Amino acid sequence: MAGKPKLHYTKGRGKMESIRWLLAAAGVEFEEEFIETKEDLEKLRNDGVLLFQQVPMVEIDGMKMVQTRAILSYIAAKYNLYGKDLKERGTTDLMGMIMYLPFQPADTKEKNLALIIERATTRYFPVYEKALKDHGQDYLVGNKLSWADVHLLEAILMAEECKPDVLSGFPLLQAFKGRISNIPTIKKFLQPGSQRKPPTDDKFVAVVRKIFNI
Amino acid sequence: MSGKPKLHYFNGRGRMETIRWLLAAAGVEFEESYLEKKEDLTKLQKDGSLLFQQVPMVEMDGMKLVQTRAIANYIATKYNLCGKDLKERALIDMYVEGMFDLNELLMTYVIQPADKKEQHFANMMDKATNRYFPVFEKVLKDHGKDFLVGNQLSRADVQLLELILMAEEFKPDILAQFPLLQRFKARISNIPTIKKFLQPGSQRKPPVREEDVAKVIKIFY
Repeated sequence: MAGKPKLHYTKGRGKMESIRWLLAAAGVEFEEEFIETKEDLEKLRNDGVLLFQQVPMVEIDGMKMVQTRAILSYIAAKYNLYGKDLKERGTTDLMGMIMYLPFQPADTKEKNLALIIERATTRYFPVYEKALKDHGQDYLVGNKLSWADVHLLEAILMAEECKPDVLSGFPLLQAFKGRISNIPTIKKFLQPGSQRKPPTDDKFVAVVRKIFNI
Repeated sequence: MSGKPKLHYFNGRGRMETIRWLLAAAGVEFEESYLEKKEDLTKLQKDGSLLFQQVPMVEMDGMKLVQTRAIANYIATKYNLCGKDLKERALIDMYVEGMFDLNELLMTYVIQPADKKEQHFANMMDKATNRYFPVFEKVLKDHGKDFLVGNQLSRADVQLLELILMAEEFKPDILAQFPLLQRFKARISNIPTIKKFLQPGSQRKPPVREEDVAKVIKIFY
Protein backbone atom coordinates (compact mmCIF):
# COMPACT_ATOMS: atom_id res chain seq x y z
CA MET A 1 0.00 0.00 0.00
CA ALA A 2 2.60 2.49 -1.07
CA GLY A 3 0.11 4.94 -2.50
CA LYS A 4 -0.21 8.61 -1.98
CA PRO A 5 0.17 10.32 1.37
CA LYS A 6 -3.19 10.69 3.11
CA LEU A 7 -3.88 13.74 5.21
CA HIS A 8 -6.30 13.65 8.16
CA TYR A 9 -7.57 17.06 9.24
CA THR A 10 -10.49 19.41 9.02
CA LYS A 11 -11.31 20.92 5.66
CA GLY A 12 -9.45 24.11 6.41
CA ARG A 13 -5.96 25.50 6.69
CA GLY A 14 -5.00 25.29 10.35
CA LYS A 15 -1.84 23.36 11.08
CA MET A 16 -2.13 21.18 8.00
CA GLU A 17 -1.81 23.92 5.41
CA SER A 18 1.98 24.18 5.57
CA ILE A 19 2.11 20.44 4.93
CA ARG A 20 -0.15 20.78 1.89
CA TRP A 21 2.11 23.53 0.54
CA LEU A 22 5.23 21.47 0.97
CA LEU A 23 3.80 18.35 -0.68
CA ALA A 24 2.47 20.47 -3.52
CA ALA A 25 5.80 22.24 -4.00
CA ALA A 26 7.51 18.86 -4.12
CA GLY A 27 5.05 17.73 -6.79
CA VAL A 28 3.64 14.98 -4.57
CA GLU A 29 -0.01 14.08 -5.07
CA PHE A 30 -1.92 13.48 -1.87
CA GLU A 31 -5.34 12.45 -0.63
CA GLU A 32 -7.33 14.03 2.15
CA GLU A 33 -9.82 12.62 4.61
CA PHE A 34 -11.73 15.42 6.29
CA ILE A 35 -12.81 15.47 9.89
CA GLU A 36 -16.27 17.00 9.80
CA THR A 37 -17.75 16.13 13.18
CA LYS A 38 -16.58 15.46 16.70
CA GLU A 39 -17.39 11.80 16.08
CA ASP A 40 -14.90 11.68 13.20
CA LEU A 41 -12.15 12.81 15.57
CA GLU A 42 -13.27 10.38 18.27
CA LYS A 43 -13.14 7.53 15.81
CA LEU A 44 -9.55 8.32 14.87
CA ARG A 45 -8.67 8.44 18.55
CA ASN A 46 -10.45 5.18 19.32
CA ASP A 47 -8.76 3.49 16.39
CA GLY A 48 -5.45 4.31 18.05
CA VAL A 49 -4.02 6.04 15.02
CA LEU A 50 -3.21 9.37 16.66
CA LEU A 51 -0.06 9.03 18.71
CA PHE A 52 -0.90 11.94 21.01
CA GLN A 53 -4.66 11.99 20.22
CA GLN A 54 -4.12 14.98 17.97
CA VAL A 55 -4.23 15.94 14.31
CA PRO A 56 -2.61 16.73 11.87
CA MET A 57 -1.93 13.12 11.03
CA VAL A 58 -0.42 12.06 7.72
CA GLU A 59 -0.26 8.47 6.53
CA ILE A 60 2.96 8.30 4.56
CA ASP A 61 5.46 5.56 3.76
CA GLY A 62 3.81 3.08 6.09
CA MET A 63 3.80 5.50 9.02
CA LYS A 64 1.02 7.42 10.69
CA MET A 65 2.94 10.63 11.32
CA VAL A 66 1.77 13.27 13.73
CA GLN A 67 3.24 16.58 14.95
CA THR A 68 3.31 19.22 12.25
CA ARG A 69 7.01 20.01 12.48
CA ALA A 70 8.00 16.33 12.40
CA ILE A 71 5.88 15.82 9.29
CA LEU A 72 7.29 18.92 7.57
CA SER A 73 10.82 17.85 8.41
CA TYR A 74 10.27 14.37 6.98
CA ILE A 75 8.76 15.65 3.75
CA ALA A 76 11.47 18.29 3.32
CA ALA A 77 14.24 15.74 3.82
CA LYS A 78 12.63 13.12 1.61
CA TYR A 79 12.08 15.47 -1.32
CA ASN A 80 15.36 17.35 -1.04
CA LEU A 81 13.87 20.58 0.15
CA TYR A 82 16.33 20.77 2.98
CA GLY A 83 19.61 22.65 2.63
CA LYS A 84 22.44 20.51 1.38
CA ASP A 85 24.56 20.55 4.48
CA LEU A 86 24.14 21.02 8.14
CA LYS A 87 24.64 24.75 8.31
CA GLU A 88 22.10 25.39 5.62
CA ARG A 89 19.71 23.09 7.39
CA GLY A 90 20.10 25.19 10.49
CA THR A 91 19.10 28.29 8.59
CA THR A 92 16.32 26.51 6.75
CA ASP A 93 14.96 25.06 9.97
CA LEU A 94 15.18 28.43 11.59
CA MET A 95 13.26 30.19 8.89
CA GLY A 96 10.77 27.38 8.47
CA MET A 97 9.97 27.34 12.13
CA ILE A 98 9.53 31.01 12.57
CA MET A 99 7.21 31.31 9.64
CA TYR A 100 5.06 28.64 11.17
CA LEU A 101 4.72 30.53 14.42
CA PRO A 102 2.67 33.66 13.94
CA PHE A 103 0.06 32.07 11.74
CA GLN A 104 -2.04 30.31 14.23
CA PRO A 105 -5.63 29.09 13.98
CA ALA A 106 -8.23 31.42 12.59
CA ASP A 107 -9.87 32.59 15.79
CA THR A 108 -6.56 33.57 17.38
CA LYS A 109 -5.59 35.30 14.17
CA GLU A 110 -8.59 37.57 14.36
CA LYS A 111 -7.64 38.71 17.83
CA ASN A 112 -4.00 39.22 17.11
CA LEU A 113 -4.23 40.75 13.68
CA ALA A 114 -2.41 43.93 14.59
CA LEU A 115 0.31 41.99 16.34
CA ILE A 116 0.77 39.72 13.37
CA ILE A 117 1.18 42.61 10.97
CA GLU A 118 3.57 44.34 13.31
CA ARG A 119 5.67 41.24 13.74
CA ALA A 120 5.62 40.50 10.04
CA THR A 121 6.76 43.96 9.02
CA THR A 122 9.21 44.75 11.81
CA ARG A 123 10.60 41.42 12.90
CA TYR A 124 10.30 38.77 10.23
CA PHE A 125 10.06 40.26 6.75
CA PRO A 126 13.08 42.53 7.27
CA VAL A 127 15.19 39.46 8.01
CA TYR A 128 14.21 37.74 4.78
CA GLU A 129 14.53 40.94 2.76
CA LYS A 130 18.06 41.32 4.12
CA ALA A 131 18.94 37.67 3.48
CA LEU A 132 17.95 38.08 -0.16
CA LYS A 133 19.79 41.39 -0.40
CA ASP A 134 22.99 40.06 1.15
CA HIS A 135 23.47 37.11 -1.18
CA GLY A 136 21.58 38.46 -4.18
CA GLN A 137 20.33 35.00 -5.09
CA ASP A 138 16.90 33.78 -6.04
CA TYR A 139 16.33 31.47 -3.07
CA LEU A 140 16.69 32.03 0.65
CA VAL A 141 19.27 29.32 1.28
CA GLY A 142 21.86 27.51 -0.78
CA ASN A 143 20.81 28.90 -4.13
CA LYS A 144 18.13 26.31 -4.61
CA LEU A 145 14.52 25.81 -3.62
CA SER A 146 14.06 24.69 -0.04
CA TRP A 147 11.19 24.53 2.38
CA ALA A 148 12.22 27.97 3.64
CA ASP A 149 11.18 29.44 0.28
CA VAL A 150 7.87 27.56 0.20
CA HIS A 151 7.12 28.53 3.78
CA LEU A 152 7.95 32.16 3.17
CA LEU A 153 5.66 32.36 0.17
CA GLU A 154 2.86 30.81 2.21
CA ALA A 155 3.51 33.34 4.98
CA ILE A 156 3.58 36.28 2.55
CA LEU A 157 0.28 35.32 0.96
CA MET A 158 -1.36 34.86 4.35
CA ALA A 159 -0.02 38.22 5.53
CA GLU A 160 -1.37 39.87 2.38
CA GLU A 161 -4.78 38.48 3.18
CA CYS A 162 -4.54 40.42 6.44
CA LYS A 163 -3.13 43.55 4.82
CA PRO A 164 -2.83 43.64 1.02
CA ASP A 165 0.08 46.12 0.92
CA VAL A 166 2.08 44.42 3.66
CA LEU A 167 5.05 43.99 1.30
CA SER A 168 5.20 47.64 0.35
CA GLY A 169 8.51 48.19 2.16
CA PHE A 170 10.09 45.02 0.80
CA PRO A 171 10.95 45.16 -2.90
CA LEU A 172 13.05 41.99 -2.87
CA LEU A 173 10.29 40.03 -1.18
CA GLN A 174 7.90 41.27 -3.84
CA ALA A 175 10.21 39.94 -6.52
CA PHE A 176 10.69 36.73 -4.52
CA LYS A 177 6.94 36.26 -4.31
CA GLY A 178 6.61 36.63 -8.08
CA ARG A 179 9.45 34.21 -8.71
CA ILE A 180 8.44 31.43 -6.34
CA SER A 181 4.79 31.68 -7.37
CA ASN A 182 5.90 30.88 -10.89
CA ILE A 183 7.57 27.59 -10.09
CA PRO A 184 5.36 25.09 -11.95
CA THR A 185 4.35 22.93 -8.97
CA ILE A 186 3.62 25.98 -6.88
CA LYS A 187 1.86 27.80 -9.69
CA LYS A 188 -0.40 24.80 -10.00
CA PHE A 189 -1.14 24.82 -6.28
CA LEU A 190 -2.09 28.49 -6.51
CA GLN A 191 -4.73 27.85 -9.12
CA PRO A 192 -8.43 27.39 -8.36
CA GLY A 193 -9.35 23.75 -7.89
CA SER A 194 -6.12 22.85 -6.11
CA GLN A 195 -6.08 21.40 -2.61
CA ARG A 196 -5.04 24.72 -1.15
CA LYS A 197 -7.60 25.79 1.43
CA PRO A 198 -9.27 29.22 1.59
CA PRO A 199 -8.91 31.55 4.56
CA THR A 200 -10.97 30.40 7.51
CA ASP A 201 -14.23 32.28 8.03
CA ASP A 202 -16.31 32.61 11.19
CA LYS A 203 -18.65 29.86 10.12
CA PHE A 204 -15.78 27.42 9.84
CA VAL A 205 -14.34 28.55 13.18
CA ALA A 206 -17.62 27.45 14.79
CA VAL A 207 -17.36 24.03 13.13
CA VAL A 208 -13.77 23.63 14.30
CA ARG A 209 -14.65 24.64 17.86
CA LYS A 210 -17.32 21.96 17.94
CA ILE A 211 -15.03 19.24 16.65
CA PHE A 212 -12.17 19.96 19.01
CA ASN A 213 -14.26 21.09 21.96
CA ILE A 214 -12.55 24.45 22.29
CA MET B 1 37.35 32.22 19.89
CA SER B 2 37.62 29.18 22.12
CA GLY B 3 35.72 27.00 19.72
CA LYS B 4 33.20 25.95 22.31
CA PRO B 5 29.55 26.76 21.73
CA LYS B 6 28.49 29.84 23.66
CA LEU B 7 24.96 30.04 25.03
CA HIS B 8 23.22 33.39 25.48
CA TYR B 9 20.29 33.30 27.91
CA PHE B 10 19.36 34.15 31.44
CA ASN B 11 20.77 32.04 34.28
CA GLY B 12 17.85 29.65 34.39
CA ARG B 13 16.24 26.77 32.53
CA GLY B 14 13.59 28.29 30.29
CA ARG B 15 13.97 27.41 26.64
CA MET B 16 17.72 26.92 26.82
CA GLU B 17 17.66 23.94 29.15
CA THR B 18 16.92 21.35 26.47
CA ILE B 19 19.90 22.65 24.52
CA ARG B 20 22.13 22.31 27.58
CA TRP B 21 20.96 18.72 28.00
CA LEU B 22 21.72 17.83 24.38
CA LEU B 23 25.19 19.35 24.47
CA ALA B 24 25.94 17.67 27.78
CA ALA B 25 24.68 14.29 26.56
CA ALA B 26 26.88 14.65 23.48
CA GLY B 27 29.86 15.38 25.74
CA VAL B 28 30.31 18.86 24.27
CA GLU B 29 31.72 21.50 26.59
CA PHE B 30 30.04 24.88 26.32
CA GLU B 31 30.24 28.40 27.72
CA GLU B 32 27.41 30.58 28.90
CA SER B 33 26.85 34.33 28.81
CA TYR B 34 23.99 35.32 31.13
CA LEU B 35 21.46 38.08 30.59
CA GLU B 36 20.99 39.66 33.99
CA LYS B 37 19.18 42.87 33.18
CA LYS B 38 17.18 44.28 30.31
CA GLU B 39 20.20 46.21 29.05
CA ASP B 40 21.99 42.92 28.40
CA LEU B 41 19.20 41.85 26.06
CA THR B 42 19.03 45.26 24.38
CA LYS B 43 22.75 45.19 23.73
CA LEU B 44 22.50 41.85 21.94
CA GLN B 45 19.57 43.16 19.92
CA LYS B 46 21.43 46.33 18.95
CA ASP B 47 24.54 44.36 18.01
CA GLY B 48 22.45 42.55 15.44
CA SER B 49 23.26 39.21 17.04
CA LEU B 50 19.68 38.05 17.43
CA LEU B 51 18.09 37.27 14.10
CA PHE B 52 14.55 37.73 15.40
CA GLN B 53 15.51 39.85 18.43
CA GLN B 54 15.03 36.83 20.70
CA VAL B 55 17.00 34.39 22.80
CA PRO B 56 17.99 31.54 23.09
CA MET B 57 20.96 32.26 20.89
CA VAL B 58 23.90 29.89 20.54
CA GLU B 59 27.14 30.87 18.89
CA MET B 60 28.59 27.78 17.28
CA ASP B 61 30.44 26.82 14.12
CA GLY B 62 30.60 30.42 13.00
CA MET B 63 26.85 30.93 13.28
CA LYS B 64 24.63 32.77 15.73
CA LEU B 65 21.82 30.23 15.87
CA VAL B 66 18.44 31.21 17.21
CA GLN B 67 15.10 29.38 17.58
CA THR B 68 15.21 26.61 20.14
CA ARG B 69 14.15 23.83 17.80
CA ALA B 70 16.56 24.88 15.05
CA ILE B 71 19.42 24.94 17.55
CA ALA B 72 18.40 21.59 19.03
CA ASN B 73 18.08 20.09 15.53
CA TYR B 74 21.51 21.34 14.55
CA ILE B 75 23.17 19.94 17.67
CA ALA B 76 21.33 16.65 17.54
CA THR B 77 22.21 16.12 13.88
CA LYS B 78 25.83 17.14 14.30
CA TYR B 79 26.37 14.77 17.21
CA ASN B 80 24.44 11.83 15.78
CA LEU B 81 21.49 11.93 18.12
CA CYS B 82 18.91 11.72 15.30
CA GLY B 83 18.78 8.06 14.45
CA LYS B 84 20.47 6.32 11.55
CA ASP B 85 18.03 7.08 8.72
CA LEU B 86 15.08 9.18 7.72
CA LYS B 87 12.47 6.82 9.18
CA GLU B 88 14.17 6.68 12.56
CA ARG B 89 14.48 10.42 12.44
CA ALA B 90 10.75 10.69 11.73
CA LEU B 91 9.95 8.66 14.86
CA ILE B 92 12.40 10.67 16.94
CA ASP B 93 10.96 13.94 15.64
CA MET B 94 7.40 12.86 16.44
CA TYR B 95 8.28 11.85 19.97
CA VAL B 96 10.36 14.95 20.58
CA GLU B 97 7.64 17.32 19.34
CA GLY B 98 5.20 15.72 21.79
CA MET B 99 7.83 16.20 24.49
CA PHE B 100 8.24 19.88 23.59
CA ASP B 101 4.48 20.29 24.00
CA LEU B 102 4.53 18.79 27.50
CA ASN B 103 7.68 20.72 28.34
CA GLU B 104 5.88 23.93 27.40
CA LEU B 105 3.10 23.14 29.88
CA LEU B 106 5.55 22.42 32.68
CA MET B 107 7.72 25.42 31.87
CA THR B 108 4.84 27.90 31.85
CA TYR B 109 3.30 26.81 35.17
CA VAL B 110 5.37 29.24 37.20
CA ILE B 111 4.28 32.27 35.18
CA GLN B 112 0.55 31.54 35.43
CA PRO B 113 -1.52 34.12 37.28
CA ALA B 114 -2.51 32.90 40.76
CA ASP B 115 -6.12 32.21 39.81
CA LYS B 116 -5.12 30.02 36.86
CA LYS B 117 -2.37 28.00 38.58
CA GLU B 118 -4.54 25.24 39.96
CA GLN B 119 -6.22 24.53 36.65
CA HIS B 120 -2.91 24.66 34.79
CA PHE B 121 -1.38 22.22 37.26
CA ALA B 122 -4.26 19.79 36.89
CA ASN B 123 -4.05 20.02 33.10
CA MET B 124 -0.32 19.44 32.93
CA MET B 125 -0.45 16.47 35.29
CA ASP B 126 -3.35 15.03 33.31
CA LYS B 127 -1.49 15.40 30.02
CA ALA B 128 1.70 13.92 31.44
CA THR B 129 0.00 10.85 32.89
CA ASN B 130 -2.74 10.31 30.30
CA ARG B 131 -1.38 11.57 27.02
CA TYR B 132 2.40 11.59 26.93
CA PHE B 133 3.95 9.12 29.39
CA PRO B 134 1.63 6.27 28.32
CA VAL B 135 2.87 6.68 24.74
CA PHE B 136 6.51 6.34 25.71
CA GLU B 137 5.80 3.47 28.14
CA LYS B 138 4.12 1.67 25.26
CA VAL B 139 6.98 2.37 22.84
CA LEU B 140 9.40 0.77 25.28
CA LYS B 141 7.04 -2.11 25.97
CA ASP B 142 6.43 -2.86 22.29
CA HIS B 143 10.06 -3.19 21.24
CA GLY B 144 11.57 -4.15 24.60
CA LYS B 145 14.78 -2.27 23.89
CA ASP B 146 16.76 0.12 26.04
CA PHE B 147 16.33 3.25 23.92
CA LEU B 148 13.23 4.80 22.43
CA VAL B 149 14.32 4.53 18.79
CA GLY B 150 16.69 2.33 16.87
CA ASN B 151 18.38 0.71 19.81
CA GLN B 152 20.83 3.55 20.29
CA LEU B 153 20.85 6.80 22.25
CA SER B 154 19.03 9.63 20.50
CA ARG B 155 17.77 13.06 21.44
CA ALA B 156 14.42 11.43 22.19
CA ASP B 157 15.96 9.58 25.14
CA VAL B 158 17.75 12.67 26.42
CA GLN B 159 14.68 14.87 26.13
CA LEU B 160 12.44 12.27 27.75
CA LEU B 161 14.74 12.03 30.74
CA GLU B 162 14.74 15.81 31.03
CA LEU B 163 10.96 15.78 30.95
CA ILE B 164 10.58 12.97 33.49
CA LEU B 165 12.81 14.76 35.98
CA MET B 166 10.92 18.03 35.54
CA ALA B 167 7.58 16.30 35.97
CA GLU B 168 8.83 14.57 39.12
CA GLU B 169 9.70 17.94 40.59
CA PHE B 170 5.98 18.71 40.49
CA LYS B 171 4.79 15.25 41.55
CA PRO B 172 7.46 12.88 42.83
CA ASP B 173 5.42 9.72 42.18
CA ILE B 174 4.35 10.68 38.68
CA LEU B 175 5.96 7.54 37.24
CA ALA B 176 4.06 5.25 39.62
CA GLN B 177 2.08 3.61 36.81
CA PHE B 178 5.00 3.43 34.40
CA PRO B 179 7.48 0.71 35.40
CA LEU B 180 9.34 0.78 32.10
CA LEU B 181 9.81 4.53 32.30
CA GLN B 182 11.18 4.11 35.81
CA ARG B 183 13.80 1.72 34.51
CA PHE B 184 14.43 3.92 31.49
CA LYS B 185 15.05 6.84 33.81
CA ALA B 186 17.65 4.92 35.79
CA ARG B 187 19.33 3.56 32.69
CA ILE B 188 19.65 6.86 30.83
CA SER B 189 20.71 8.67 34.01
CA ASN B 190 23.65 6.29 34.20
CA ILE B 191 25.09 7.12 30.83
CA PRO B 192 28.44 8.75 31.75
CA THR B 193 27.91 12.13 30.07
CA ILE B 194 24.39 12.38 31.45
CA LYS B 195 25.39 11.15 34.88
CA LYS B 196 27.98 13.92 34.96
CA PHE B 197 25.36 16.50 33.98
CA LEU B 198 23.13 15.32 36.83
CA GLN B 199 25.80 15.94 39.43
CA PRO B 200 26.06 19.12 41.51
CA GLY B 201 28.32 21.69 39.91
CA SER B 202 27.24 20.91 36.34
CA GLN B 203 25.67 23.51 34.06
CA ARG B 204 22.24 22.04 34.60
CA LYS B 205 20.00 24.74 36.01
CA PRO B 206 17.72 24.39 39.05
CA PRO B 207 13.95 24.94 38.79
CA VAL B 208 13.07 28.63 38.71
CA ARG B 209 11.83 29.89 42.03
CA GLU B 210 8.71 32.04 42.37
CA GLU B 211 10.78 34.93 43.65
CA ASP B 212 12.98 34.91 40.54
CA VAL B 213 10.11 35.03 38.09
CA ALA B 214 9.60 38.79 38.43
CA LYS B 215 13.28 39.38 37.74
CA VAL B 216 13.17 37.31 34.54
CA ILE B 217 10.02 39.04 33.35
CA LYS B 218 11.79 42.38 33.78
CA ILE B 219 14.52 41.35 31.37
CA PHE B 220 12.13 40.33 28.65
CA TYR B 221 9.19 42.70 28.99
